[in-house]
Amino acid sequence: MNLDVNMSTPHVSLTSRMLRRGPLEAVATTIIAAGVVMLMQPFSLTLYSWSFVVTLFGTVTFTIVSKVRE
Amino acid sequence: MNDLSTSSQITYRAVPIRPGVIRRIRGLSDQALAWLFITPTIVLLLAINIFPLVWTIYLSFTNYRANRPNAPTLWLGTDWYQSILTDPDIWAAMQVTAHFVVWTVLIETVLGFGLAFLIDKKFRGHGLWTTIILLPMMLSPAVVGNFWTFLYQPQIGLFNYVVAFFTGRGASSFQMLGDVTLSPWAIVIVDAWMWTPYVMLICLAGLRSIPDYIYEAAEVDRASNWRQFWSITLPMALPFIMLAVLFRGIENFKMFDMVNLLTGGGPGSTTEVASITLKRAAFESWRTGYSSAFAIILFVTVFGLANIYVKALNRVKSR
Repeated sequence: MNLDVNMSTPHVSLTSRMLRRGPLEAVATTIIAAGVVMLMQPFSLTLYSWSFVVTLFGTVTFTIVSKVRE
Repeated sequence: MNDLSTSSQITYRAVPIRPGVIRRIRGLSDQALAWLFITPTIVLLLAINIFPLVWTIYLSFTNYRANRPNAPTLWLGTDWYQSILTDPDIWAAMQVTAHFVVWTVLIETVLGFGLAFLIDKKFRGHGLWTTIILLPMMLSPAVVGNFWTFLYQPQIGLFNYVVAFFTGRGASSFQMLGDVTLSPWAIVIVDAWMWTPYVMLICLAGLRSIPDYIYEAAEVDRASNWRQFWSITLPMALPFIMLAVLFRGIENFKMFDMVNLLTGGGPGSTTEVASITLKRAAFESWRTGYSSAFAIILFVTVFGLANIYVKALNRVKSR
């Protein structure tokens, strides 16, 4: 009896591992959170000025990456 | 009498459906039938949600004023956005909002989790206590605003008398709503009073979802109560706590009614949260284009936070 079973784990490249929904959503979430903190922090007017762009970028990124395969 | 009988005849008369219509509906595919049912909802959503949003985005690039609808509308590009994002007054309003959001969420989470932890012990009469604790959450914000305005009255307010009793200060020696230092905290207290029960409910759901066999296994391993709390209770209830934090954060970021009723943004601008600034720009200064741009900035922030909220919700669901 010949069992043709491959016991080794399939090789997954770093790019494939990174281009999954989970890590990409985590990155987008971090960008959104950073944008919100920049909007409400009391230290720098420059950070406040860039907050909207950062939040918008994070939100658009999140919307796009939530369509990426699991 | 005669009229009445005629009208009842009209009311109860069955309306015959033409056989052609029935045949035509029966001939439709499942997908077509599904579209037929959801089209009214989609049209309604487009009319009351999507269209106002697109219209607001358009207005945010113009100098339109709602009190001068016939004046020529000029395209200003991103001028309003640049103006808002470099304005120190708007930045100050954002900091007032941040103060309100951070402190309310912190107090509500600590108290809410503590109450949930106690209620979860199922002591005698815990059902009654749960109902009593949940009462403030069921009240309308308008009622709560008026109710607390009376409680904060320096002459007749119960709150001042309770503080005076414990601190020894005169009851009329301080004004919770009229003092620059105290008024932001007055709003924090009211919001925490009203919404801590909500956080408690979510935390209670988290605590009740922890299976008993995990605690039994910990008992077998002789883990102390303190160790069980840090290694089992808190990590397993954490997704629910996160959910409560995000939900309360989003809600308090948009807070308008309670602040408007209690202080109206005053004294000065010490309690002027972003939504009050927006209302003043839109309906007192009638700067519709400017306020539309401000609304879009707040919308993007809330939308971003809502994305994080949905992600946290999915994580809780998958557990």
